[in-house]
Amino acid sequence: MTTATMPRTARVGFSLDPALLIPLVGAGVLIYLAVLPLLMLFIGSFQAEVAPREFVYTLKNYQNAYASQYTYSTFVNSLIFASGSSGLTFLLGTTLAWLTERTDTPLRKIFVPLAVVPLILPGVLESIAWIFLLSPKFGYVNVFLMNIFGLQSPPFNVFSLPGMIWVHSVGQVPLAFLLMVAAFKSMDPSLEESAMMSGAGTWQTFKRITLRLLMPTAASVLLILFVRTLESFETPALIGIPARIYVYTSEIYLAFNEYPPDYGRGGALAVGLLLLSAVGVWLYTRSTKESKKFQTVTGKAFRPRQFELGRWRWAGLGFLLTYFVFVVLLPFLVLFWASFLPFFATPGWDSLSKLSIENYRYLGTFRPFWDAMQNSLILATMTATVAMILTSLVAWIVYKSRIRGAWILDFLAFVPITIPGIVMGMALILLYVAFPLPIYGTIWVLMIAYVTRYIPYGMRSASGSILQIHSELEEAASASGASWWETFKRVTLPLLRPGLVAGWIYIFIVSFREFSTSVLLATGESRVLSILLFTMFEQGQVTVVAAIGVLMIVTLLSIVAIFYKLTGRIGIQT
Amino acid sequence: MIEVKSLVKIYADGNNPGVKAVKDVSFTVEDGRFYTLLGPSGCGKTTTLRCIAGLERANAGEIIVAGQKVFSETENIHVPAYRRPIGMVFQSYAIWPHMTVFENVAFPLRVGKERFSSADVQKKVSTALAQVELDGYEDRMATQLSGGQQQRLALARALVREPQVLLLDEPLSNLDAKLRERMRFELRELQRRLRITTLYVTHDQIEALSMSNRIAIMNAGEIIQEGPPREVYLQPKSQFVANFIGSTNQMAGQVSKVESDGSGEVNTGDGRVKCMMLDGLSVGSNVVVVVRPESINVHLEKPSGDGNIIEGKIGAAMFLGEYVDCTIELGKNILQTHQRYTLQVRRGDPVWVELPVGECMALPAEQ
Repeated sequence: MTTATMPRTARVGFSLDPALLIPLVGAGVLIYLAVLPLLMLFIGSFQAEVAPREFVYTLKNYQNAYASQYTYSTFVNSLIFASGSSGLTFLLGTTLAWLTERTDTPLRKIFVPLAVVPLILPGVLESIAWIFLLSPKFGYVNVFLMNIFGLQSPPFNVFSLPGMIWVHSVGQVPLAFLLMVAAFKSMDPSLEESAMMSGAGTWQTFKRITLRLLMPTAASVLLILFVRTLESFETPALIGIPARIYVYTSEIYLAFNEYPPDYGRGGALAVGLLLLSAVGVWLYTRSTKESKKFQTVTGKAFRPRQFELGRWRWAGLGFLLTYFVFVVLLPFLVLFWASFLPFFATPGWDSLSKLSIENYRYLGTFRPFWDAMQNSLILATMTATVAMILTSLVAWIVYKSRIRGAWILDFLAFVPITIPGIVMGMALILLYVAFPLPIYGTIWVLMIAYVTRYIPYGMRSASGSILQIHSELEEAASASGASWWETFKRVTLPLLRPGLVAGWIYIFIVSFREFSTSVLLATGESRVLSILLFTMFEQGQVTVVAAIGVLMIVTLLSIVAIFYKLTGRIGIQT
Repeated sequence: MIEVKSLVKIYADGNNPGVKAVKDVSFTVEDGRFYTLLGPSGCGKTTTLRCIAGLERANAGEIIVAGQKVFSETENIHVPAYRRPIGMVFQSYAIWPHMTVFENVAFPLRVGKERFSSADVQKKVSTALAQVELDGYEDRMATQLSGGQQQRLALARALVREPQVLLLDEPLSNLDAKLRERMRFELRELQRRLRITTLYVTHDQIEALSMSNRIAIMNAGEIIQEGPPREVYLQPKSQFVANFIGSTNQMAGQVSKVESDGSGEVNTGDGRVKCMMLDGLSVGSNVVVVVRPESINVHLEKPSGDGNIIEGKIGAAMFLGEYVDCTIELGKNILQTHQRYTLQVRRGDPVWVELPVGECMALPAEQ
C-alpha cells in the first residue's frame, strides 16, 4: 500500500509521506480501539444518565457502587477469590513444572503435553463440568463418595468460595505450568551444581538455591494470575451468581442486567476494576524487569540438572497420575457422558440404557446453535486476521522504522492488556450507545472488542518474529537491487510467516472461547457459542449444553491440530 | 571508482540526539583497487560503508559511485540502495534461510530494474557460484552450508549482478582462524581476477595490511592516516596509528636535537635515543619514541658501534613457536621484543638492546 509513495526515481527528495502517514494511521487506530472506549467509560461513570442530551456531572454512581451494603462483601470475596485462586494455581502449576522438568519422576515427559490440554477447554465449559462433578445435589463425585462411605451429606459443595477457587484454578494451571517450565528451563544448572560441590544435598540445594533463584519469576507469575482471576467472569457467572457470592465482575454484570440497567453504577465499578488491574499489570511489568536484573532468565537454553528423588519419585508419579485423571480427564469425560443423556442423572447401570445421540440430533436442527457457531467462527477468523495485520504493522513501525516516538505505539498496543473483558464490554456499550455508528448489537462491536483485547497477544507474536529477523537480511535484499515492496514480499513476509500463523491461531482460539466481553455485547443476532452455553445452562437444558460443549471442543481440537501441523510447537501468551 | 567527499553522518537516536558517527570523511578508491577502512569498533567505518551502500542517508557531503552521483546533500540527491551499482557482503552474511543456494544468488537478478530470461539467470548464477567454488550446491537449502560456504555464497550473491563496486563489511570476522586465513587469500585473488573496485571494512589489521592497495585508519569518525599498507605500518604519523597497527613499544621523552635530514635525538628515561622525527617537531617537544618489537635486536655481549645501545636485563621470555616473545627491562621502560627461537636466556640475564635508528620514530605525545 505504500509502494506508490516510496522513492522510485534516482533523484528524490526525502519523502516523508509514507514514513509519517503509516505511524499516524497506526496511532489513530490504536487510540480509537484502546483509548476511546476507556475515555467513554470514565466519562460515563460520572454522568447521570446514558447518552444524555447534555452532560450532567454526578458522583452518585460511585456512591452507589462503593458505598452500598454489598461493597465490603464484594471486596472481601474478590480478594479471597483472586488470592486463593492465584495461590492454588501457582502451587499446582509449579509442582507440575518441577516434577516434569527437574526431577527423575518416571514417565514425566508424557505429562508435559497432557498438562496443557485444559487450555482448549473454554472457561464456561470448565465451570459446567465441575458443577456436574461437585454439585451438592447431583454431582457425580459427591454421589459416588456418599455411596461408598455411607455419608449423610455431600462432602463437596462447588457453590462456595472454595469451589470457585478450585474451578478457576484448574482452568488456569496450564498457564502457570508453561510459565514455570520456561523459568525452570532457563536456569543455569551450574548454579545448583556449585551448591552441590559446596556440600549441599538435594533438599538443601533446592531450598537454598533453586527456590531463591525462582523468587522473582514466581512473584511475577503470581501477580499475573491474581490479575487474571480478578478479571475473570466465567466462574463468578456460572458458580458465583447462583451461590450468591459476588465479585467485582459479577457486580458489573448484575448492574447491567437489572431492570432498568444501571449503566452508571456498572461504569463506576468498571473504572475501579480497571484501576486495580492496571496497578497489577504495572507491578507485573516492573517485577519482570526486576527478574531480568536477577539474571536467572538469560534467554539461553540450558539443559537443566535433574534432582534425584529416590523412592519419592513414585510419589511424584502418583501426583502426576492423580492430577491428570481427576483434574484434566474427568471434566472432559463428564461432559462427554452427559451429552448422551436425555436429562442429567446420577450415573448407574440403568442410565446406560438411556444413552442416545438425541441431543446431537436435536442440535442438528436447532437454529440458534448454528447461528452461534457461525458467529463464533466468523468472529474468530476476522479477529485473528485483523489483529495480526494490525499488530505486525505496528510491530514493524516500533522495531524497524526507527521513527521517533514509535514507543508511543508500543505503549498504546500494550494498554488493552489492562482492560478486563467485562470492562471492555461495559466501555463499548457506553461508547456505541452514544456514538453515531450503528453497530451496537451486531457482531461488529464484538469484533472491535476482541481485536482490542487481543492486540497485546498479537503484538507479542509479531514483535517476536520481527525481532528475530536480522536487519541485514532485509538490507542484503536492498543491496541486491530489491525495492521496499519486493524486499517485503520476498524476504520479510516469508520469514515472518511462521510467527504470524502461530499468533493468528492463538487469537483464533481465545476469540472462539471468549466469554466475559461477549456476555454484555452479544445479544440476539450476535450471540456466540459461549453465550449460548451460558443462557441454555441457566435455562436448565444441561445435557444439550454438554453436547454443544463437546462440539465446541472438537472444533477447537481441529484448530489445534492445524496449529501443530503448521508450527510444531505449543504457543504461550500471558 | 568511489569518491567520498566531506561525508557527515549524525545519529539522532531518540533520547540521545546528535551523535556524530562520521565527521567530514573524504577519500577516493581508484578503479580496480582494494581499499580498506580500518579502525576500532565504533570508529564510523561501517557507517561510512552503509552511507555508500545507501542503507543510511548521510547528513552532509557527497558520494560518487562509478561516475554517478548517488548522494549529495546540497543537490538533494539520495539514490535508494536498490538503485546503486553495488554488491555488498554483510558481516552476518545475511543468507536468506527460506531460499536455496540457487535462489539466494538468483535473487538480485530477479528483483532489479533489468530483468533476465531464465536461461540468463541460470547462466549467471552458475558463473557466480563457480567463481566462489560453490558449483554443485545449487539445490541445497542455504542454511545447510557451513560458515565458510555461506560466506562464499554471500560473495556470489554480491557479484552476480556484476556490480561496479563491491562493499565488504567485516566479511571474515565470523570465521575461525584457519578459514579466515584462507578466505583472505581467496578473496584477494578473486578481486584481482575480476578487477572489481572494492571497499573493505575491518577492525583486523592483518586483513587490512595483507589485502589492501590502500588503507585508511579511522578513529572517532575521522580518517587519521591514509596510505599503502607498508607506509602506515612503518611510518605511523600518530601515536594512535602506531598503537592500533601491530604491537609497539613506546618510550616517552623530550626532543633534544633535530637534524636537517629528518632524524634527531630524544632524551628518554633510559638515555638518548637517535630516531626519525615526524615533521613539525622541535627541540623541547614532548614525544614518544615508537619501535616495533621485531625491530629490536638483543645482544648477550655489548656490541660496538654508535647505534642506540641500551643495557638491560631479561624480564620474561615466552616461547611462541615462531619466535620468542622476550621482554627487556631497562631502567625506566620495559621493551617487548620478538627474537629468534634460538635465543637461550633466563630471567634476570644482563643483555644489550640495539634500537635501529631508521626504525625508531618520534611522534608527538598525545594527551
